[in-house]
Amino acid sequence: MAAKDFDIALVGNPNCGKSTLFNALTGANQHIGNWPGVTVEKKTGKLKGKPEVTVVDLPGIYSLSPYTLEETVSRDYLMRERPGAVLNIVDGTNLERNLYLSTQVAELGIPMVIAVNMADQFEKDGIAIDMDKLSERMGVPVLGISALKGDGVDEAVSALLAAADGGVSPECPVRFSRQIEGALESIGARIAEVSGNDASRFASVKLFERDSLIAGELGISLDVEGIIGEVERHCGDASDSLIVEGRYSFIEGVVADCLSRTKNAGESLTAKIDKVVTNRVLALPIFAVVMFLVYFLSITAVGGPATDWVNDGLFGDGFFVSGDAEAFAEAKSEYDDAQNAIGAFTDAAAREGIEIDPDDAKGSDAALVQAQEAGVVGEYDSYDEETGEDELVEVDAAAFAEALEVAEPDPSDYGTWVLGIPVLIGNALDAANVDERVSACILDGVVAGVGAVLGFVPQMLVLFFLLAILEGCGYMARIAFILDRVFRRFGLSGKSFIPMLVSTGCGVPGIMASRTIESENDRRMTVMTTTFIPCGAKLPIIALISGAVFGGAWWIAPSVYFMGIASVLLSGIILKKLKPFAGRPAPFLMELPAYHMPTPGSLLRNMWERGWSFIKKAGTIILLASILIWFVSTYGFSNGSFGVVEDQADSLLAIAGGAVSWIFAPLGFGNWQATAATITGLIAKENVVSTFGILYAGDAGWYANVQASYTAAAAYAFMAFNMLCAPCFAAIGAIRREMNNAKWFWAAIGYECGWAYAVALVIYQVAGLVSGELSFSVWSVLALAVLAGAIFLIVRPNGNGRCREQKSCCVQQ
Amino acid sequence: MFALSSVKPGQTVKVERLSGGGAVRRRIMDMGIIKGATVLVRKVAPLGDPIEVSVRGCELTLRREEAECVEVSDAGLQGRR
Repeated sequence: MAAKDFDIALVGNPNCGKSTLFNALTGANQHIGNWPGVTVEKKTGKLKGKPEVTVVDLPGIYSLSPYTLEETVSRDYLMRERPGAVLNIVDGTNLERNLYLSTQVAELGIPMVIAVNMADQFEKDGIAIDMDKLSERMGVPVLGISALKGDGVDEAVSALLAAADGGVSPECPVRFSRQIEGALESIGARIAEVSGNDASRFASVKLFERDSLIAGELGISLDVEGIIGEVERHCGDASDSLIVEGRYSFIEGVVADCLSRTKNAGESLTAKIDKVVTNRVLALPIFAVVMFLVYFLSITAVGGPATDWVNDGLFGDGFFVSGDAEAFAEAKSEYDDAQNAIGAFTDAAAREGIEIDPDDAKGSDAALVQAQEAGVVGEYDSYDEETGEDELVEVDAAAFAEALEVAEPDPSDYGTWVLGIPVLIGNALDAANVDERVSACILDGVVAGVGAVLGFVPQMLVLFFLLAILEGCGYMARIAFILDRVFRRFGLSGKSFIPMLVSTGCGVPGIMASRTIESENDRRMTVMTTTFIPCGAKLPIIALISGAVFGGAWWIAPSVYFMGIASVLLSGIILKKLKPFAGRPAPFLMELPAYHMPTPGSLLRNMWERGWSFIKKAGTIILLASILIWFVSTYGFSNGSFGVVEDQADSLLAIAGGAVSWIFAPLGFGNWQATAATITGLIAKENVVSTFGILYAGDAGWYANVQASYTAAAAYAFMAFNMLCAPCFAAIGAIRREMNNAKWFWAAIGYECGWAYAVALVIYQVAGLVSGELSFSVWSVLALAVLAGAIFLIVRPNGNGRCREQKSCCVQQ
Repeated sequence: MFALSSVKPGQTVKVERLSGGGAVRRRIMDMGIIKGATVLVRKVAPLGDPIEVSVRGCELTLRREEAECVEVSDAGLQGRR
């Protein structure tokens, strides 16, 4: 067997040190993906120095029951793929609970070795384990190891390879009572009869337990109810209880035999920490501080500036290594204003029939004199993206002449300036005399797209690092403990809080942060709803609408946040009642693992794995979508021919916007400008504002035009739709990565858009009716119907109330 | 007999019987909460739910709703089986 390729599988409880051992066994040679069809992570790698051996890291599980995804995936793999050998990792500080899984794995008939991990730790705790005796009782080789320090790992590998080579099935350690053994024997005989193969003890035991999956896994249908019923009547208990009790009483015996304590266990460090950290009074304040730190470090202090640097510096014009960046920014904005003034004045002059060439208008150009005499005055919008305030600046001839004097600042005068990647590539393309259209495609399409992908990476890495610390040290499990009560009403996990919080900064790391939620339903629900929370890029949209249409009313921004949070919670309540989420409620019963200091290596590895998986899986969709939107917004038909268009109003985007804008008519913004802005918002939400700036350009200035084009109801509906609909492509890519399933991915995008449409419809129709700008129409009826439907779904009692239902139908005999 | 959900923090009880069914009951059993096991109720979460219990040397958390399915009696009245 040794010459052939084969798998070895790592099996163990969560938090038993399995991942550390996996890294020690495989080194850098790893592949991380998902198990087919589910979002459970699958890690495989080649055994160091033995490339023919593949190590498969199964998810951390407590049992081989058919109830959690992790358990089903592990079972499926062990039964179907039949690895050459199984290495069962057992946490030596918690032998009793860990051996419960071992007794089940041993019955699969696969060669097996037990590695008792954390040898250094339990020795320090004063626990001595007799490995030889344990090996004798469990019927398989047992070794003590320390995965963290690498002690005993080589010996474990040789034992494992020897076991795989020998191919000997372990002897099943647990013997049940005489009645049960008799029943198992007759079930085994029945299986052999029906399938023609010898039954593993695992199969017999699972059939005896009335396991819901085993018949399908064996590919047979067999009625053994008579055999089970007889034992149950005799023993007075349910068959699965009998089996679990048999296992635990066997383990109690083994532990009593093999484990001795040399010193009395006092209060553990974990218990001491928990006295403070999950204290009734202190838990919430401590949690608030931890969350503040996570947010502050990942968004405000490190992640945000790093992301800005990548977007505006590395993938922008360039950045200062040293020097006075602030003074340069001031000079640059002065120059931009001057350029706006020049543009506005020459445009105004052109309308009077006077052509001014700014390049030789300096001094007493004849055209300029003429314009001055004609009293030409241009206007431009001086718009502040952050506050949404706008000032219409008038430019007369004197101001124009002044503006001409403002020279473009040279960054190298202000310090050491490094050119950004687009500038460097642009220069190289110019030098190589590349066709203008090709270089525009490379720069504005491909390079900008890559920048959009990589721009999110710095803050994501910071966040992943912090999450790895929270998970690694054991605090993450406590978060679920502290917050479960609040979130479970809304079909979410206590751990959903972190994705939501991070999403107020950026939805992309927010979505990726949902990885820490165990229950697949909770995770999907979080991924679907977390981008309802307004992220940083949506703030400019809020600022524009509140400034231009609502006169800077204070309540707009808070109302948008309220709308986002309400959308998450109401969606939770509604979705929980729908069929895909209603099935298989995951029991909330989890371990609060002992606190321990995570190693820097594992933190960095964890951070990098998640960051890389984002770049790989989400990167492609972001890149392709960015290039596509760039193409449709720059190309179009002008003067009857297809090509690059000067005015975005001629672009394919505008044509497409015009073609689908009727969809938004019931929401109050059925014009092509709003539709096109919504589409460009998919690249990055703040693009909505710049697209408005281009599409509403005109005599009065774009700001005034926007003001004139929207009523309050329509503007709020437009904003609501853009806040809640499908997020930017980066976030869409992250959703795709996390859902890992086309159906769920489209369901998420579809739900978000549908929800946004419904909310915007209700807002526009109801507000329009109240203000009198709309009369009662079929759309009003529809809006009221949507509202009534949503309220019905929210107040309708949940069909799958758990404990009640189970109590009535499944009470034990 | 009374439900585990009604036990005050700091008390140790003995499991008598599990009601309920399906995933919850199986999961409770898998974690070692079975007939005859001793369970120490350690604390209640800040918001009143879930609870933390100590069983077989490890700390578990479960909701009151699930703890209701575990019927217990005062520990020490009967010895362990």
